[in-house]
Amino acid sequence: MKYPALLVAATSTLALAAAAHAETITIATVNNGDMIRMQKLTDGFTKDNPDIDLEWVTLEENVLRQRVTTDIATKGGQYDVMTIGNYEVPIWAKQDWLMPLDDMPEGYDADDILPAIRSALTVDGKLYAAPFYGESAMVMYRTDLAEKAGVTIPAQPTWTDIMNAAKAMTDKSGEIYGICLRGKPGWGENMAFLTAMANSYGASWFDKDWKAQFDSPEWKAAFNDYLTMMNEYGPPGSSSNGFNENLSLFQQGKCGMWIDATVAASFVTDPDDSTVADSVGFAQFPNKEGVDNHGNWLWSWNLAVPTSTDSPEAAKKFIAWATSKGYTELVAEKEGWRAAPPGTRTSLYENPEYQKAAPFAEMTLNSMNAATPDKPSVKDVPYTGGQFVAIPEFQGIGTGVGQMFSAALAGQVNADQALQNAQQLTTREMTKAGYIK
Amino acid sequence: MARNVTKNRKLAMTVLAWAIGILIFFPILWTILTSFKTEAEAIASPPSFLFFDWTLDNYREVQERSNYFRHFSNSVIISLGSTILGLAIAIPAAWSMAFVPGRRTKDVLMWMLSTKMLPPVGVLIPIYLIFRDTGLLDTLTGLTIVLMLINLPIIIWMLFTYFREIPGEILEAARMDGAGLKAEIIHVLTPMAVPGIASTLLLNIILAWNEAFWTLNLTAAKAAPLTAFIASYSSPEGLFYAKLSAASTMAIAPILILGWFSQKQLVRGLTFGAVK
Repeated sequence: MKYPALLVAATSTLALAAAAHAETITIATVNNGDMIRMQKLTDGFTKDNPDIDLEWVTLEENVLRQRVTTDIATKGGQYDVMTIGNYEVPIWAKQDWLMPLDDMPEGYDADDILPAIRSALTVDGKLYAAPFYGESAMVMYRTDLAEKAGVTIPAQPTWTDIMNAAKAMTDKSGEIYGICLRGKPGWGENMAFLTAMANSYGASWFDKDWKAQFDSPEWKAAFNDYLTMMNEYGPPGSSSNGFNENLSLFQQGKCGMWIDATVAASFVTDPDDSTVADSVGFAQFPNKEGVDNHGNWLWSWNLAVPTSTDSPEAAKKFIAWATSKGYTELVAEKEGWRAAPPGTRTSLYENPEYQKAAPFAEMTLNSMNAATPDKPSVKDVPYTGGQFVAIPEFQGIGTGVGQMFSAALAGQVNADQALQNAQQLTTREMTKAGYIK
Repeated sequence: MARNVTKNRKLAMTVLAWAIGILIFFPILWTILTSFKTEAEAIASPPSFLFFDWTLDNYREVQERSNYFRHFSNSVIISLGSTILGLAIAIPAAWSMAFVPGRRTKDVLMWMLSTKMLPPVGVLIPIYLIFRDTGLLDTLTGLTIVLMLINLPIIIWMLFTYFREIPGEILEAARMDGAGLKAEIIHVLTPMAVPGIASTLLLNIILAWNEAFWTLNLTAAKAAPLTAFIASYSSPEGLFYAKLSAASTMAIAPILILGWFSQKQLVRGLTFGAVK
């Protein structure tokens, strides 16, 4: 057993030595369809830049977040390009952990980036990360079931419309549930949805003195409606459903409606994986009557260069390639327009070929343009962010509150108790962190 | 009549043992089956057990996307390396504690075990900083050292338990025949404790192979073992269960095969005693 191990060690050393002549940049990224596609298409980049080698580290989202946060906070210098969300960008930029990307090559056209995304990635007038793909949230519904139930879902529905449609479409004996929503606890899971839903009811996480607002009538209304919908018209066991579980239910034809990230649209309309691909309709994220707010869900995966890198120029060169218009065209040429990374550039949505290939294009763009993460709530609030609050403490607080809300959905506590617990936890943590004096 | 009861009882025990065995193995079996399904079949409800279109596409895709061999060889190097290094330290340590215990030996043993009581994430940042400053981040050397250190208490405890089963008189006899300390450990103690050492070795290879906190947090591209290979196929936004299952099957296959072939040794080691 010893000799093969030695042989293996020797071969890998040789392989490393052979690669040493070129500059190597290490890219940390998440495992999702668009990123994997980019990994496959990088020949286009390495051919033009033979002196740059690319090393990929692909990780699951939560592992990646833990991994890159440790590295950047300690200036470990393990990565030259990091894939991070628009939650991290402003926080990290303020810590001087990221290099500004204001010197992109000619023809990059940063003005083409969707305004909402661009503003989320800009700090003090400088762009700190380049978006690779972006999403908002919208309603996806089964046109055939809606027709059968005799309901129409308007392009801009209210929560009352959604509630009525959910009731009409539900057929529990036929295993069809009117609405599928996230219930799995986590700041990026149920709290992403519930924060957006609360925003659209006119609620907010904090008032302008950073006092928690879970005791407000708006939160109470939003949370009670959520529980009613899930308990009466939702699938069983929904307190453990996240994006993937709902995607699976929807693709198998068990959900009448699903309100979630716009990126799901390309999955549910893909005839290879989805049994309902040809009968999906789209509508904007609902709002409560009289509240001018559609949730403000905005997420993008972005490429950024940490200040601890040894190869800033090569890293920037790669980012400029991967987020360019040229890259979108490359994807279209190799895999068709439908596969183009969505939600980052205005020019993509103006492209008639893309509009034809992607039936969800128009609603995705509408949803993204409707998001105003710099003004998350109709109330006056001291924070930014849409389905999250852009402060470093939010990951911990959001997940804690998410667990309380998930417990209420599972029937372990009642709604009032869950809101009261959330209020206590948030107040305690915000006091500890020094926001509340 | 009495024979009949024994026979029935034996049958019942066999059925029970198989049922428990299958129950424990089922998740692994399910992973292996899922790896041969398409993504749509992997999430189908009700799930199909054996009658689906078997496909090797997931394995092909995993092969194309990742460098399996590099992750595999990293796993082999760090699990073997850390175990051998650990044994080299643990055999003398366990010898001294088993045969020449002092007043504080029990406390030392408890203290060693107590190092396992702290959650690893509690020391992540200090260790990360030490590794950064010594250039050990993303190196096989660094990982081997860390895995050796985290498994060392278990190795010492296991060996200590085995060594204590060996009567001190046998070692005394060797000493009276003129064996020195070195000869006593190498020629008398070690051969007698081989089954114990072998099962410790195997168990530690398995523990090091499966370790998924330090191996994920201290590596990036170069030293990443199979745990990182699996983690690269898990996704919260998109259904890639079949591909994830294929990657998992490829990652656990070597250790599953090793466990299968060495099961006799493992069982013998775990039930070993010097006096039969």
